[in-house]
Amino acid sequence: MKRTVSLSVNGATRTAEVEPRALLAHVLRDDLDLTGTHIGCDTSQCGACTVLIDGRAVKSCTMLAVQAEGCQITTIEGLATNGNLHPLQQAFWEKHGLQCGFCTPGMIMTAVDLLAQNSNPSEGEIRHAIEGNYCRCTGYQNIVAAIQAAAATLRGATPARAAS
Amino acid sequence: MIPQTFDYVRARNVGDALKALAAKDGTKVIAGGHSLIPLLKFRLAQPARLVDIGHLDELRGVTEVRRGAKIGAATTYRDLLESKLLAERYPIIAEVTSGIGDLQVRNKGTIGGGLAHADPAADMPAVMLALDAQLVLRSKRGKRTVAAREFFQGAFSTAMAEDELLIAIALPPLPRGAGTAYVSFEQAASGYALAGAAAVVKRSRSTVAHCTLAMTGISDRPYLVRAAEQLVGTQGLPDAIEHVAAQAAAGVEVNGDIHAPADYRRHLAVVAARRALQKAFVRSKK
Repeated sequence: MKRTVSLSVNGATRTAEVEPRALLAHVLRDDLDLTGTHIGCDTSQCGACTVLIDGRAVKSCTMLAVQAEGCQITTIEGLATNGNLHPLQQAFWEKHGLQCGFCTPGMIMTAVDLLAQNSNPSEGEIRHAIEGNYCRCTGYQNIVAAIQAAAATLRGATPARAAS
Repeated sequence: MIPQTFDYVRARNVGDALKALAAKDGTKVIAGGHSLIPLLKFRLAQPARLVDIGHLDELRGVTEVRRGAKIGAATTYRDLLESKLLAERYPIIAEVTSGIGDLQVRNKGTIGGGLAHADPAADMPAVMLALDAQLVLRSKRGKRTVAAREFFQGAFSTAMAEDELLIAIALPPLPRGAGTAYVSFEQAASGYALAGAAAVVKRSRSTVAHCTLAMTGISDRPYLVRAAEQLVGTQGLPDAIEHVAAQAAAGVEVNGDIHAPADYRRHLAVVAARRALQKAFVRSKK
C-alpha cells in the first residue's frame, strides 16, 4: 500500500507516494525526476546509483525509500553550488575521467565520501575506495587522476600532485 | 525492483521491534538492508512486514566492557573501522572488515545483520568464532546469550528463534599479548570467501600458550578447528603450524561449486589456515 514519504534531497524537502518496497534509486529517478542517479546492475555491485546518505556514500538500489526518511540525501544534482561545479565534477571534466559517462555520478559521489575521510589519498587508497564502482569503459586511470586532482584542489594545493 | 509487496514499520525503540517480532506474523528485521534487500529482489525472502531498527542509537556503537568490548548489533562496518577501541583491542576486526563488501556496502551494512543472515561464505563469522564472541539475543520472553560457536547452525540458519532480535555482540578480552590474523581467498566477483581463516595465537616465552583457528567459506557454516590446540606447547615452528593447518578441513563436508570444486576449496582452506596461523604467531608478543 502506498504511503507518503518525506525526503530531504539536496537541501529541499520532497514528498512522494510510494510503496514500502520502492527502492530509493527508483524514487529519486521516477518520482522526484532526479535522473542523474543511474541504475546499472540493481544488485549492489556496480555503484552507478551511489548517493550520499548523511554524508556517506550508499548504493541507492539497496535502500528502501522509506528507510531514507529523516536522512539528508545528496545526489549528483546537489553537488554544484551557484552554478559552479564541485571540484570533483570539474576534475572529472578536466582529466577526462569518463568515456560513456554512465558510471560518473556514482564515481563522483563515492569520491566525495572518500575525500571527506581522507584529504590526500594515495592511488592505492583511491582504487580501494572505488572498488564498488564499475567503469565498463575501463577508464579507471583517468578517474583516479581526476580524484587526485580534486583532492589537491580541495586541499588548496596546486592541482599537480607530487609523485608518491 | 522488489517483486513482492510488504508492510513497513519503523521501530521507535527495541521494545517496539520485539513487539513486532512477537506477533510471529511473517515480520523480518531490517537494519542496513544489505543482506535482506538482495534476497527480497530474488524472492528468496518474502516477509509480510519489515520492522526497521537501523536508526536506533541504542543498538549502535562500540562500548568498553572491562577489558573487552560490546558492539551494538546495528553498528555499521564503517563504524567498526572507525572504532579506536576495536583497533586497539581487536585489530582483527579492522583487518576483516576492510575486506567486506565495498565502501558503500560498509557504510550501510551492519555487523548484526551480517551475522543473523549467516551466509556460509561471509568473513565475519569466522572472526567471531575465533574471538569467542557472545551474541546477545532479546525477545519479549527475555534475554539470552549464545556463543558464536553455537549460533551458526547451517547455511543461512542460526540459533535465533523467530521472535528474537540480535541486539549486541560481546567480545571477551583476548589473552594478553595474543596475535590475531584473518586471511581469505575471495571469489573475485562477489568478494565472499572461497576459504577464510581467523587465528588467535598467544605465546608464553618460547612456546605457544593458546591457539584458536576458525574457518569460513568451506562448509555450510563456519567452524572452529579442534586441531588448533595441537599448536599449544610447541614453539610455533613452520612444521607445527603446517601440521595444524593440514587439518583445517578434516572431517568437514566441503562445498564444491563452479567457483571452487571441493578439492580445490580444501586446498585453499589449508593455505589460508597456515597463513593466518603464521601471521598471528608473528604478531603475538614473545
